[in-house]
Amino acid sequence: MDILVSGLLLGGTYALVAMGLNLQYGVARIMNLASGEMLVLGALAAFWLFTAAQLSPVLTMIMVAPLAFIGNWLIYQLLLRPLVRRAKNQGQLEVDSILATFGMSFALVGIMVAIHGEYFTYSYLANPFEILGTTVALNRFVAFVVAVIIGVALVLWLNFTRPGTAVRAVSVNTEAAKLVGINVPRMSALSFALGGAVTAAGGTLISTFITLDASVGVIFTMKALIIVIMGGVGDMRGSIIAALLLGLVETAVATLIDPGLTLVSAYLIFLGILLFRPQGLFGKRTT
Amino acid sequence: MNRREVIARLSTGLAAITTASLLSFSALAADTIKIGAVAPKTGPLAGGATVSQWPNIELWAKEVNDRGGLKLKDGQKMVEIIEYDDKTNPGEHIKAAQRLATQDKVDFIIAPYGTGFNVAAAPIYAKYGYPQIAVTSISDQIGELTGRYPGLFFTLGSTTDFVQGVVNVLSGLREKGDIGNKVAMVNVADAFGIELAEVARPLFTEAGFEIVYDKSYPLGTPDLSPIIKGAKATNPDAFVAWSYPPDTFGLTEQAVIEDFQVKAFYTAVATAFPAYGGKFGSKINNVLGAGGTNPDDPKIADYRKRHKEVTGKEPDYWASANTYAALEVLAQAIEGVGEADREKVTQYIKDNSFDTVMGELKFEGQNSRKYWTVGQWQDGVFRGVDAVNIDGAAPVRLKEGWN
Amino acid sequence: MTGNGWKEIGLAAGLVVLAALVPLATDGYWLSIAVTAMMYIALATAWTLFSGPTHYISLATGAFFGIGGYLVATGMSDYDISFWVMAAVAPFVAVVLAALVGAATLRLSGIYFVIFTLGLAEMIRGLVSWVQNNFLGSRGLYVLTDFTEAHIYWMLLAIAAVVYLIGWLIERSRLGFAMKIIGNDEGVAKHLGINTAAAKVALFMVTGYFTALVGVVIAPRYSYIEPNLVFSPELSFLVVIMALLGGTQRLWGPIVGVIPFTLIWETISVSFPNATTFYLGLSFLLIVYFIPNGFVGLIEKLVKRRHG
Repeated sequence: MDILVSGLLLGGTYALVAMGLNLQYGVARIMNLASGEMLVLGALAAFWLFTAAQLSPVLTMIMVAPLAFIGNWLIYQLLLRPLVRRAKNQGQLEVDSILATFGMSFALVGIMVAIHGEYFTYSYLANPFEILGTTVALNRFVAFVVAVIIGVALVLWLNFTRPGTAVRAVSVNTEAAKLVGINVPRMSALSFALGGAVTAAGGTLISTFITLDASVGVIFTMKALIIVIMGGVGDMRGSIIAALLLGLVETAVATLIDPGLTLVSAYLIFLGILLFRPQGLFGKRTT
Repeated sequence: MNRREVIARLSTGLAAITTASLLSFSALAADTIKIGAVAPKTGPLAGGATVSQWPNIELWAKEVNDRGGLKLKDGQKMVEIIEYDDKTNPGEHIKAAQRLATQDKVDFIIAPYGTGFNVAAAPIYAKYGYPQIAVTSISDQIGELTGRYPGLFFTLGSTTDFVQGVVNVLSGLREKGDIGNKVAMVNVADAFGIELAEVARPLFTEAGFEIVYDKSYPLGTPDLSPIIKGAKATNPDAFVAWSYPPDTFGLTEQAVIEDFQVKAFYTAVATAFPAYGGKFGSKINNVLGAGGTNPDDPKIADYRKRHKEVTGKEPDYWASANTYAALEVLAQAIEGVGEADREKVTQYIKDNSFDTVMGELKFEGQNSRKYWTVGQWQDGVFRGVDAVNIDGAAPVRLKEGWN
Repeated sequence: MTGNGWKEIGLAAGLVVLAALVPLATDGYWLSIAVTAMMYIALATAWTLFSGPTHYISLATGAFFGIGGYLVATGMSDYDISFWVMAAVAPFVAVVLAALVGAATLRLSGIYFVIFTLGLAEMIRGLVSWVQNNFLGSRGLYVLTDFTEAHIYWMLLAIAAVVYLIGWLIERSRLGFAMKIIGNDEGVAKHLGINTAAAKVALFMVTGYFTALVGVVIAPRYSYIEPNLVFSPELSFLVVIMALLGGTQRLWGPIVGVIPFTLIWETISVSFPNATTFYLGLSFLLIVYFIPNGFVGLIEKLVKRRHG
């Protein structure tokens, strides 16, 4: 039971890390290497407002999300759109977006270091919380609840609304989406911005229980990439399930075998899944 | 950190990005002593260097210049600091140190931050004859390294001393009958953590302790709750974690959450950071950690006050004072020689003793054995409770709950 | 064999000789830049050997490099084995790994392959640290040798030259022909009866061998090995970035990518010591927008303009 609860909570954290990137890569086709920095930026905002104004990170999250949405929309329109337009094929776009977002990640790290070069550490809701007989940290539980809300909202939006369906159509086949009259550039910008907002919001919550610093983003980028790929590109359910799976496996291994092997087991699962399903858990076979 | 401070820092931060460049282009004063400094401003070690290394350089340079500079044979000379960011990357560090030596032609270089960087840079210091007064470098290879590099000095001790301090503290508690024999030990599975655990196993066993839990966790583990749960299940008397900054915070937070009742709770690097006390407040009263200081010592108290005034932040309760002391040694040696002659200054450091915030420092075999090994948070201050060759250790208290 | 090919290798040989003279001209700062540049040239050329023709972007550089550096450090520091023995052994461990990975990833394509290799490096770092922590123990991984920067530079240059030569030979062999077809259309390659699997794995093993060898040679330069610094994801990314900046369609692409990259990097580090990372980021962005096809594209355009 311990394992199940702690594992699910950790999985929720991972979902917060990965859902945004899923939208950005799956729909807008931008392999965003600055995703981790966007997360840390959210964390910095939470830390900063908490220490300066005792503002609850949950409130910060509500403020950060729209700001991040606007910021990422601008990033897409101003910096990435020219690359999309220029690219002759998916491969070219992949190369360009790797280079550009890697540059952005450096620039963001530079800005954050200048604002606060030390660890972002503070205490918020670091209290024990009893759930199904297991003691967990309240801040982790809050993050999990928000992850569930965001996850469910995204899945519902993608499946049951017009814009959501349009976004999915772009994700499945850009060309066909264009033919049926979907405004592909607009949908791509929307997904990229939404993805950035989700990631930054996740960062504000994660900062309540993990000590971050300005340079730590790359670790989250890697985790996010792995989860998105494991779940299958462009499939929100896949990412969420992959995140939960990873959380459960890591916690089970740490508890039952050896905490030293959590990282190894997580990657083993990832590699194993790719070996048997090269397109990820829910990915579609590309031709 | 209050609001005004935060806003000030935000604006200075952003301004720094635009103006930092201008500073480095500004004309160099002709008659200065040029001092180079390379340490991380970004990357995994930046969080630590921003607390223990950079502010002390700033403080030291300002104080030296405020009193008119270093007194040399041909008059007083101001010091001028040339800084580079090594991005926590040894290759970058080597390039920057080479640049300081051969392009900027600095007179002296402040030793790097971190064991690995001190070892990686040592050949460059040796090649150009710079004295290297290493602080944040803890190693069991001091003998071999000083034999190889005649200008390399150590000031923060060996790995064995570092671990022995913890064994001493726990043995002391056991002798008083306060704790039993059972120790739960965890370590971060990275260079320093692995080394400390390896050194600790035989030392604990020899001292008659039983290690009931001995596990590692990878660097950057996001959820440390299974470790605290696992350690708790073995019902130990003492908990020892050879940890790095992010996990020092993480393990402590989980211990609070799990209400992990041990009589002695120790975490390693970053326990001495003011941010640690700031984060946990009274909950971490009587937590043990690496380092320590004696805030009642008038010299230390004065140093802490000046540090706060000049840099706007508190020094840590461990390596900060040693870092500052190493800079004092450098300044006194340069003044003692009276000129920027590196060979003579190195020899001067070997032959003399120095009056610093850490008391009188003297190098034997290029190693100054005067440092705190274990500290304890006692009523909002992280006091040294075990040291090598320093008096004034506070009595060790027992951890009583997490309130 | 075309005349162009011979001209290319002749030019390369001349450059190697010139490059070998660098330590005689400078032994300080410029040499340390040259060492760093040479490390990236060797790594990026080895990377291009596999990823150039196949279009498979590999982020396994950190894994192979780490194996090289880490094994040397463990061997020397915990078992008193000489540097040269470890230098001979370590790259073969990487080759075995490359063979396994190559075989395992045959079904993966595009982004799935990229992230697989990224995960691989992280997994190996975790595994290696765990094994060392629990079974081998360590009192710090020191790699203390008497090598100077010049020695390290020459060793790296030799590696880079050999990699280049191998690449040049491969381009002119059946294997190289096969790789080009695979890169253009794997289906066509299979129809032509090319054993795509064997060709890919073989090339990946070559890349693995030399990447690990670079890690071996760099270990004495770092002197103190920390797993998270040698199994560095940042290194994997940087190598890809440099190769892409150069252009991966030519074997010499990485070289013309690395050199300007290193110089820009250095200029920024020196000019903006307090905001290096920020300006590096900006410069990457500028390069992407204004030099769209890498330096190879730029050079070829200039050459074409002059001839046309």
